[in-house]
Amino acid sequence: MSRQSLAKAHQKIQELSWEPVYHEPYMKYGTDYTFRKAAKKDPLKQVLRSYFPMQEEKDNRVYGASDGAIRGNMFRQVQERWLEWQKLFLSIIPLPEISAARSMPMLFQAVPNPELHNGQAIQMIDEVRHSTIQQNLKRLYMNNYIDPAGFNNTLRNFHSDYCGTIGRQFAEGFITGDAITAASIYLTIVAETAFTNTLFVAMPAEAAANGDYLLPTVFHSVQSDESRHISNGYATLLMALSDEDNRQLLERDLRYAWWNNHRVVDAAIGTFIEYGTKDRRKDRESYAEMWRRWIYDDYYRSYLLPLEKYGLVIPHDLIEESWNQIWNKGYVHEVAQFFATGWLANYWRIDGMTDEDFEWFEYKYPGWYDKYGKWWENYNRLAKPNGHHPIVAEDVDYVYPHRCWTCMVPCLVREDMVVDQVDGQWRTYCHEACRWTDAEAFRPTYQGRETPNMGKLVGHREWETLYHGWNWADVVADMGFVRDDGKTMTAQPHLDLDPKKMWTLDHMRRMPHVASPNVILNEMSDSEREAFVEDYNKQGPAGRPAGIGGEALKS
Amino acid sequence: MTTTEERPERSVPKPAFTDAEAGAKEFPDSGPSARHYNYFKPAKRKQTHYEDVTVEVQPDPRHYLTQGWIYGFADGSRGYPLTWTKLKAWGVDEPEPERGPGSGGKPVENWPAHGWHEFRDPNEEWELTMYRYNANVVRQINQNVENARNAKAFDQWSQNWVRFVERNVGAWMHIEHILGLYVFAANNRSGPTNMHNTAMAVNSEHKIRFAQDLALYNLTLTEEIEGFDGAAHLDAWNNDPAWQGARKVCEALPAIRDDWGESIFATNVVFEPLIGELFRSNLVMQVAARNGDYVTPTVVGAGEYDFDQRDLRWTVACFAPLTQDREFADHNKELMNGWLQHWVPQCLEAARTMQPLWSQADAKPPRFEDSLDKAKNRFAGILADLGLETPKELSQ
Ligand SMILES: [Fe+2]
Ligand SMILES: [Fe+2]
Repeated sequence: MSRQSLAKAHQKIQELSWEPVYHEPYMKYGTDYTFRKAAKKDPLKQVLRSYFPMQEEKDNRVYGASDGAIRGNMFRQVQERWLEWQKLFLSIIPLPEISAARSMPMLFQAVPNPELHNGQAIQMIDEVRHSTIQQNLKRLYMNNYIDPAGFNNTLRNFHSDYCGTIGRQFAEGFITGDAITAASIYLTIVAETAFTNTLFVAMPAEAAANGDYLLPTVFHSVQSDESRHISNGYATLLMALSDEDNRQLLERDLRYAWWNNHRVVDAAIGTFIEYGTKDRRKDRESYAEMWRRWIYDDYYRSYLLPLEKYGLVIPHDLIEESWNQIWNKGYVHEVAQFFATGWLANYWRIDGMTDEDFEWFEYKYPGWYDKYGKWWENYNRLAKPNGHHPIVAEDVDYVYPHRCWTCMVPCLVREDMVVDQVDGQWRTYCHEACRWTDAEAFRPTYQGRETPNMGKLVGHREWETLYHGWNWADVVADMGFVRDDGKTMTAQPHLDLDPKKMWTLDHMRRMPHVASPNVILNEMSDSEREAFVEDYNKQGPAGRPAGIGGEALKS
Repeated sequence: MTTTEERPERSVPKPAFTDAEAGAKEFPDSGPSARHYNYFKPAKRKQTHYEDVTVEVQPDPRHYLTQGWIYGFADGSRGYPLTWTKLKAWGVDEPEPERGPGSGGKPVENWPAHGWHEFRDPNEEWELTMYRYNANVVRQINQNVENARNAKAFDQWSQNWVRFVERNVGAWMHIEHILGLYVFAANNRSGPTNMHNTAMAVNSEHKIRFAQDLALYNLTLTEEIEGFDGAAHLDAWNNDPAWQGARKVCEALPAIRDDWGESIFATNVVFEPLIGELFRSNLVMQVAARNGDYVTPTVVGAGEYDFDQRDLRWTVACFAPLTQDREFADHNKELMNGWLQHWVPQCLEAARTMQPLWSQADAKPPRFEDSLDKAKNRFAGILADLGLETPKELSQ
């Protein structure tokens, strides 16, 4: 379709806009935002006559590349270190994608601008595409990669696992609670515009460097749909801004959405890119460098800042703090270390770091070795079963962390951990911003204003609680992270597939029982709890116990 | 003189031979039997590609959701509540597993835990199929319209037929659009499983596409036919008494309160045969050729095919088992009969208000009563497929 005829076609389909006469549609999803019918920016023009053939053409390229990869024996060059992390990533991501599809009708009802609904419906279709094309990519890995364990039980794993639950925020958060908070601010304005649009481009580049060119093929194709979604979000945001009553809610939701995205996406994608790669060229960008470019410059400086003149209150402090977390407080390194500490609770294999990795980390993050090097040496020493426990149960100067009640990532930057008694329970939070999210933002009143449509944070948010007092062998079996001999574990802290080098349930059986930090916290007296907080805040970096000299390493 | 500039060596990742290919080593899970998604039981013996990309992507706490749903609405409901329809499938009254301190994950023991998970879209739609199908449809329509344009096929249309198409075929686009966006897309957040919600999303695509097909066809006709009024469809839709009955009942469908089952049932089981096919199959498709129009039936026929071959198929596959449900057959039949009592009279009344459309063209279609009888027979046949009796209201 020519541009001119596309513009005409788009103009024509606006005649379809529906103004109800006999019955008002049922409003299933509420919002505390209000929308006047104000002048608004048109979203990207798209008509299905050109959309369907365009998408089919993209599909042809993706599936052509898939066939080519198999014929060309791509898996002879794929790095296992990288592909193992895809067992986590690809278990998570189809649900957020399909949830984005499910969230679109929440906007039909909340945003009374029929001209936007067409774009939202096309986004719904895109998201069905993304979810199923990713399930399909994972299926291809399962069929062709050396180790299918972890891919073959992918969705049971995802639903059982604490990492999966962290990832699930990126799904349930799109479809639950206040319709605008969920489907517009959290999903479109922050998750899509800031984080997926940038890092889903960065991550495929890393995949290619690790011999996997299918992930880039699929994700670039997925990404090419994203500009439409960003445009939808922008149009909605401008409408919301035109109503002054919304500004307080926008400020609240941007703070929540920004911080939660930072906590979750930087934890996961940061780990994949920094610890899942074998590409240690000094001139390849680190995650911190990518973040600075894609998120700080492109999103924050170029997208958000110009909105300030329309009255948007931007969480400058949280954006600077996120950078501080990544650059000065080692957020990604702390998370990767925790993943590796808890390898036995998951469903992929985690490769140890070598001297070459150490050198790269030291070059990109000066001071890295003094903080994390020793621990990773211990990880390698304890990788293969030889009469000892997995690293989590050995003394390697690592204090098992408490979990953040809000983002569910553990409280790894120890000095930032705060506690609060909320809904009658003592909870730990990784940062004041996460405490605020639970205790103040997700509540039926906010700063004295009624917010009856705001959602709630619910569920068993600390994974360890569910297995409090259990033997580790039973935990792993209960989650189903066991291979087809009935005893070898799916997860391993190394990449050696020699069955004699692999951990089994028998090894787990000998370990101390699982204890829930939160259950223990709630059994403490006030003075015990105060002492616990004081001690916890002195721990780190790299999970070091308080008082063993870690202080000097903190920035 | 030319010199070759010295460039520093380009920095590129180096490929390495890793031999990470299936079958390269033997270890637990290395065999072919480990290479299939093993967390659900397929509906038939052989697991389908459609199932692999669809089943269980939407979690169910009765399957594996160890930590439960983690976000709730203000009223406390979370995830995809099974109460978002009054229909019931076996097992839904069993309590959800209760998880808490020391409970473990309580993974599903008797797959699939309840009857909703037995539904599979017989069209097996996922991204690959939906783009292929719809891309083929729009290509075909484009070609047909383009050929007609080149052949000056529209020149043969009489004034009366031009009026009929600009007003009535035009008015129909609104119905497709409303159903596509505000019934099918609107309910893709509400179904109990990923299979249901994806089927609704795909149904929505057909409708939205068909609405746009009609709008763009209308645009082409405005450009091709002298005196074709591209805005007449709005006048018919907003003001013509012959359209207000259909509009009223169409607008009632998105107003159904909080029951995706009733929304889909009322739309695809009742409205579509009694109004949709009445107009599309039993009027437009019958009368166009007699009035020298060979093009409109190809555009409208695509929508007919969507409903007949795809949308109705999944609908029957979704609702028929519920009338035979091992636990709730009576409950569901009673509910559906109630819906029939509510929707059939409204649709018949709306159908009758459309009667004047049957006398607008020069070459007349079959008698309205004959067209309506055909639609009613078709409807009764669909009810039989669903295991439901024909309601007495149909004889009105
Ligand atoms: Fe997406
Ligand atoms: Fe947190």
